[in-house]
Amino acid sequence: MAIVYQKSPGLTDAELHYCPGCNHGIIHKLVAESLVELGLLDEAIGVCPVGCAVFAYNYFSCDMLEAAHGRAPAVATGVKRTHPTQAVFTYQGDGDLASIGMAEIVHAAMRGEKITTIFINNAIYGMTGGQMAPTTLIGQKATTCQSGRTAEQAGMPIRMAEMLSTLDGCVYAERVCVTDIPNITKAKRAIKKAFEKQMNREGFTFVEVLSTCPTNWGMTPLQAIDWLKTRMIPYYPLGVIKDTGAEVK
Amino acid sequence: MEKELWKGNEAIAEAAIRAGCNCFFGYPITPQSEVPEYMSVHLPQAGGVFVQSESEIAAINMVYGAAGAGMRAMTSSSSPGISLKQEGISYLAGAEVPCVIVNCMRGGPGLGTIQPSQGDYFQATRGGGNGDYRTVVLAPSNVQETVDFVQEAFDIADQYRNPVMIVCDGLIGQMMEPIEWRPVPRRDLPPKDWAASGRKGRDHHNVINSLYMAPEDCDRHNQHLEEKYAAIAENETRWEEVDCRDADVIITAYGTPARIALTALETLQAEGVKAGLFRPITLWPFPQEALRRLAERPNVKAFLDVEMSSSGQMLDDVRLAVEGRRPVRYLGHAGGVMPTVEEMTASVKAVLKEVQ
Amino acid sequence: MKKELIISGFGGQGGLAIGKNLVEAGMAEGLNVTWAPSYGPEMRGGTANCSVVLSDKPVGSPVFAHPTELIALNGPSLHKFEAGVQPGGMVFVNSDVVTDTVSRGDVTAWYIPCNRIAEELGNPKVSNMVMLGAYVAATRILKQETIEEMIREMFTGDKARLVPLNIQAFHRGMACIG
Repeated sequence: MAIVYQKSPGLTDAELHYCPGCNHGIIHKLVAESLVELGLLDEAIGVCPVGCAVFAYNYFSCDMLEAAHGRAPAVATGVKRTHPTQAVFTYQGDGDLASIGMAEIVHAAMRGEKITTIFINNAIYGMTGGQMAPTTLIGQKATTCQSGRTAEQAGMPIRMAEMLSTLDGCVYAERVCVTDIPNITKAKRAIKKAFEKQMNREGFTFVEVLSTCPTNWGMTPLQAIDWLKTRMIPYYPLGVIKDTGAEVK
Repeated sequence: MEKELWKGNEAIAEAAIRAGCNCFFGYPITPQSEVPEYMSVHLPQAGGVFVQSESEIAAINMVYGAAGAGMRAMTSSSSPGISLKQEGISYLAGAEVPCVIVNCMRGGPGLGTIQPSQGDYFQATRGGGNGDYRTVVLAPSNVQETVDFVQEAFDIADQYRNPVMIVCDGLIGQMMEPIEWRPVPRRDLPPKDWAASGRKGRDHHNVINSLYMAPEDCDRHNQHLEEKYAAIAENETRWEEVDCRDADVIITAYGTPARIALTALETLQAEGVKAGLFRPITLWPFPQEALRRLAERPNVKAFLDVEMSSSGQMLDDVRLAVEGRRPVRYLGHAGGVMPTVEEMTASVKAVLKEVQ
Repeated sequence: MKKELIISGFGGQGGLAIGKNLVEAGMAEGLNVTWAPSYGPEMRGGTANCSVVLSDKPVGSPVFAHPTELIALNGPSLHKFEAGVQPGGMVFVNSDVVTDTVSRGDVTAWYIPCNRIAEELGNPKVSNMVMLGAYVAATRILKQETIEEMIREMFTGDKARLVPLNIQAFHRGMACIG
């Protein structure tokens, strides 16, 4: 019998703990496959966040460090500077990266750390139970903005890919989603490209992945995908936001 | 061996490089900024990595990353910056990542002052971060000891997979003194087969982590840490006794005040007052047994604890060791004011008068 | 034998350097030495001082309230530290900067025109060496040759041409002590 599909050796056999309809599983797979296809898995070192992906060290089969909340880019800096030839990545959610870890991500990008950050934007705090994130949309309800986020009370949601792309150290920033096969294909291409540019020592590389959280959004998985497409994408447009290599080449 | 004149902070940095420190991550703060300044020039020349981080929080997390990936990593700061590092130190201790942290203490609380202080004793010895953990705390009292301890600290850290902290103060950091680069004892260290440095053919992936979701797992992990701390207490406790054999009053002090006390002892002895000095060198593990034995000696009538702290912090540990066997009195200043020789001699005499 | 010396002046006046010269020379003669600077905002223009210990025994406290000698390079330094000098001690004053005189009768006061001598020698930067010479001559704590050797080691390569000037300044300072 021919094998037509196989789990990536970049993932362990551990059973994922993510909720039904959550996109983390797909994104994990894309990162793992990218590392394997680029021949980086055996040397790769990953840093996982605090948040829903806190157990990512159980799922990726490369060496992993679990960081304090928001500090993954600093941890990855310590790893990469002392292991400059090896692939180093952080995998972070929006509370972790865009709130408590804002200083660390901005300065890692400013320094042009040759790492890849996979940023999962699901517009909410998942692990702690659906609180407002810096990425929560105006009008979106969360347990700490139960009538919906207002600009007056909490400001406007932050677009991380655009913001980091203003820094010269950031050589690549793209926003993708994994709602369907064409988008999954694009997301994989973006992740692979980010790792390739890292290994070329070009600078800091950033892939923002819009992701669903059916549990905390109070939706079915299908409703969640629809909400991502109709509500998130208009505010967080998909596509390449910065690719300095493309301009140079 | 030829003596060389070194400034404390620069000597700390040079000592670390000589001990094989691979990487240093730091942030400017008075009175320790000469450490990152020296490192920025000399560590890359020695093949190492220097990064000036965006904050002390980032610096300690860079240490976590580099040391978690198997490197000899170090950071230094002064009191307010060490406060910011506490989160990271807790994670380092929890994940059992060895590293060296230098606190060149200044006065607090808050911004306090940039002058020398010892107000961070509780923070260093009780664990300023969350959870049940300990860091080995070495307290040198001159520049020579500082360079010796920095070099040894890397080995202690690696042997026990635990953060080691050097606490000195602004005076030791800023002063110049002749030192010898004498060889420090090197230990047989286990391989860092736990490091997350890339699998490179290994049959399993290594994880650096302090998270144990199941209560039983977390309890078991804490038990393991406690066993390690007990071994450290057994093997690594250090102290010095000066003229304690027939002393009526014993001064307890560490770091700079212990050094000032040496001059006070000279003055007191010239006046016929029998005084000694008990100097903890490891603040954790605290030399509790040694101090208890002193408290049981018939010649010892009282203790005078001297610190650069307003109400006394090590004082708690002194009292816990003495256990009420003898009176324990206190002399101290905070905010960068150092206890003087004159104050110490007067206090010793006052204590002696009180107990006679 | 133990000297506990405070050297104080405006930041940039060279007081800290005088202290470093003394501990380097002391170390060369096998003495135990410490040099402890004041630090902080003073470093940026205010009054800066350092505490120096030269001793034939191991140095306990590197800081002290009652120096055996004071070198005051400016007025505020004289006012701040004069009262603390040990009875029988010495106070060295840069008389080109400090207009006041030492008010105590139980210490020996030396008024050294450091700036004027340095200008006579053609380089205002050597005023510190003048004061160093005065201190060494008055206290006899260090040998003249040790300082001269130190000066030769301080200025090497292109700067070696500064050696005679500095030694000259050092001698002129020594000559101020009658």
